[in-house]
Formats: sequence, structure tokens, C-alpha cells
Amino acid sequence: MKEAYSTFMRALSGGKFVFTSEIEPKKTTKFDEIVRAANILKNHVVACNVTDNPRAKAHLSSLVASYVIQRETGLETICQINVRDRNRLALISDLLGASALGIRNVLVISGDHIAGGDNPGAMPVYDLDSTQFVQMVRGMVDNGTDLNGNPIDGDVRLHVGVVGNPNADPLEVEVCKVERKIRAGAEFIQTQVVFDVEKAKRFLKDLNLSVPVLIGIFPCKSHRIAEFIVSKIPCISVPKEYIDRLRSAECQGNATESRKRIDEVNVDYFSNLIKELRETTRTSGIHIMTIGYESIVGKIADVVLG
Amino acid sequence: MIITKSKPKEVVLRSVGDRKRVFIVGCGTCATLCQTGGEEQVEEMANLLRERSVGKVVVETPCDIRVLKRDLSPHLGMIESADAILALCCGAGAQAISELTGKIVIPGLDTLFLGETERIGRFYERCRACGDCIIYETGGICPIVRCAKGLLNGPCGGMANGKCEAGGYMRDCAWVLIYRRLKELGMTQRFMEIRAVRDRSRRAEPQELRFR
Repeated sequence: MKEAYSTFMRALSGGKFVFTSEIEPKKTTKFDEIVRAANILKNHVVACNVTDNPRAKAHLSSLVASYVIQRETGLETICQINVRDRNRLALISDLLGASALGIRNVLVISGDHIAGGDNPGAMPVYDLDSTQFVQMVRGMVDNGTDLNGNPIDGDVRLHVGVVGNPNADPLEVEVCKVERKIRAGAEFIQTQVVFDVEKAKRFLKDLNLSVPVLIGIFPCKSHRIAEFIVSKIPCISVPKEYIDRLRSAECQGNATESRKRIDEVNVDYFSNLIKELRETTRTSGIHIMTIGYESIVGKIADVVLG
Repeated sequence: MIITKSKPKEVVLRSVGDRKRVFIVGCGTCATLCQTGGEEQVEEMANLLRERSVGKVVVETPCDIRVLKRDLSPHLGMIESADAILALCCGAGAQAISELTGKIVIPGLDTLFLGETERIGRFYERCRACGDCIIYETGGICPIVRCAKGLLNGPCGGMANGKCEAGGYMRDCAWVLIYRRLKELGMTQRFMEIRAVRDRSRRAEPQELRFR
């Protein structure tokens, strides 16, 4: 086992069942919102991802936000880095900066296609893909050289993770791709959100596991959000039963009561899903996407961890 | 084939501006097949410009300086007197015309891609001229051009039900096509291989090929 540079990787290698969550910096020059979210999350998760221009929208830098979150709240971050917006020079540069600033985990993503973003006329880069990015990080961390073999002054202390999609259809193509990224040197996997436990189980069964996998979940604040996901991302199936339960919770009592009921639905639904995954698979942890619903994270984690 | 499309007439007319003498050059090869720069389109453009059109010719391959010289030679007088040349050919042809004649060239077409023709009006981009062909490894399907992100180790997370997120899940994910083709060919192992980072330096400057 390689040396663990981060609390997150130490927890995983120590066999702990871990929770991570996610913070999305917006198009802003202010840090208040990300610090507020991190303060809510920090007692319940071992680390939080910081998104990098999700949905191809130009937001506050994930690297800067990761640094500020760590400095202001002490919550460890998993800095997401996409290969859509930077060529290899910029990627190397950001990785050196991340390591120098004490960021210890990065998650590489391809990045949503620019056509759906808020600057659709931009040039997509993709100089490297996520597999090649992982290889590059391995060279930087393990050999102290950049992609072209140039020596780096100082150690690069980073763990690199990748994304997998248990909802993918055809799944065998996705599994081959994820295995390729593991062979390239990825150290952990966080998955696309899953509502259907059977999909997560099938993915974990098919995948030739040699690294920890955190299954993604997304507790929805309303049935409309769940329906939105179904309409926007064709491969994600959200069970009707879950949507119906949210809808019925929304109708109960005043706004406060209704929020409480929605929380109950999410805690019940996802804690059962997580329990089943823990009992039947080798899931190492859970990644909870929140998008402004940070308060649910502690509630789910508390029930699961008892 | 190099696939071109006609610029809107008003854009061409705006570029022509108040020039009084315009010579029109079409292309007898790619632009003829695309129906953007053949005899018919050259004639249409001449009609549009009316008395301002002082001459026209469809050059067999305007991108070939030798052929261009040959096919323009009967028209040198007209070309000399023209104050612009309207080129109904690809960018390579238009630049060759500019280089050879020294005249200002107005492009009448936009050059789109290297493509495959299903039939007239149905053209598909199939090659990005990347200079490093790998389709043997990918079942004869080029990921550089057919994957919306040009990934060498796809698919990405934007694949759903075998379709690509770019353009709203209407087109096939190239990497799913590649996987299926390789599987049919008994070459799945090729899919599993990690394809290395590319040397992009040759794309960073105008390329020249000189082998003689």
C-alpha cells in the first residue's frame, strides 16, 4: 500500500466506511456560500468534492475554492479537475499548485460537453482524456516528473480518483473503461448518482475491483428535482416509488413540516439503500451530492453509522 | 472529400461590396460533388452579380497550382481586369487562387470537414486530418472525429443508452460503436488498451509535406 497523504485515503485504506459530499462554487467572487456549506458538512463527511465548472458553466475556480474551504473550515477537499478546459500545461500547473497548497485529493472528470454550457462558443480542449490525466498524475507523484519527463522540484502529494457510472448502458463498455482507468493508476472511484440499488450492485459485481468505490447518491429536495434528473439524464432511473413518496411528503402540513417529511423520506430511502450496499457489496463509502441540501448529509450519515 | 457549404448570398454580396468587376472560379472536384461550386452554382452566382460578373470558370482542382494555372490561362485578361475573384471552392483552393493571381479573393463557401458522402446533401465528417491514424486500434471508427470530445480512452460519462450527451443524446456514442465493432472483430483487447497521450506539436503550425 502506498503512503496515504490525505485523511480521506487513510480512512479508505483503514477500511472505514466513508462519506463524502460535494460543494459547487458558483459564478461569484464571494466565498461565503462555499464556506457556509463546508461548515455544515464538515462534521459528517471525511472530505468534500469541489466541482470544476459543472455543466460547462464558468464558475469560481475549483482549486481556489478547495484551498479556501480547507483553510477556513478544516474540511478536506477532493478537488475536481476537468480535462475540457485546460491543456496539459495548465493541468500540470494546477496540480503543482494544488499540491503546494495542501490539497491532497483530486478527481479527474472529462467535463460535460461545452455545447450545453453557458459559453457554448468556447473551444473544448481535451488535450488529455481522464485516463491519460491519471497516468500523468502517477508520473508526477511516483516519479517526480511531468508528462514529458521534466523533473519537478519538491514532492507532489496527491491522490487521484476517477468517476464511474453504474447507470451506464451498455454497462460492459463502462466497466471496461473504468478498469482501464484503474490500470492507469486511479486510486479511488466515485460514481454517478444512483437511485436504484440494483444498478449499483450490478456495477460493483461486474467491476474487477482493486480500488475503493464510493457510490454516489442524490437526495432530492422535491419530486420535481427527481423528475428533472430523469428528464435530463436518460440513463438514470429514479424509482417511481421514491418520487411518489417525495410528492406525498410535500403535501403534508406547512413548509416546515413538509421539509421535515421530505428529510424523513430521504433518510429512510437512502439509509436503506446504503445498508443494502454495505451488506451485499464491497462499497467503501457513499458520495452524497446535495446541491444546496447539505443539511441532509448528517442525517443520512448518522442513521447509517449509528 | 472536402465538404463545403455555400455562404448566404447576402454575406457574399456584402463582401463583394461596390466592386464592379468580379471573376468567379468554381471547383470541378469536391465543390462540384457538394453542389456548392460546380457549373450550376457558378452560373447562379454570375446571375446574382449580373453585369458585375466579368467571367467565370470551373477549375478541375483549384487547390492544385498546376491545374489552376492551366485552367485559368485562357481567362488571364479577364482576371487581370477584375477587382476581385469570387472563389466557390474550399479554403485551400481559394488561397491557391489568391496566391496565383495576386487578386483579392472573396470566399463564397465555408469549408466544413473531410467527409464521407452518403448521397448529395448527406455528408458526414470522418477525418480530422490529425496526422496519426489509429483506426486499426478502434475498429475502423475514428474517435478523434466521431467522439464529440475526441477522447482516446472513451467513453466519457456523457454516454447514455449508447448515445452522446453532445447534441442531446441524438447521435451514437463513438466509443460504444468502437466497442461493438471491436467485439464483432474479436479484438476486444484493443479496447482495453490505454491509448497514450498524443503529440499535438505538429498541429501547432501550418504543416508542409516535402518528400522530394
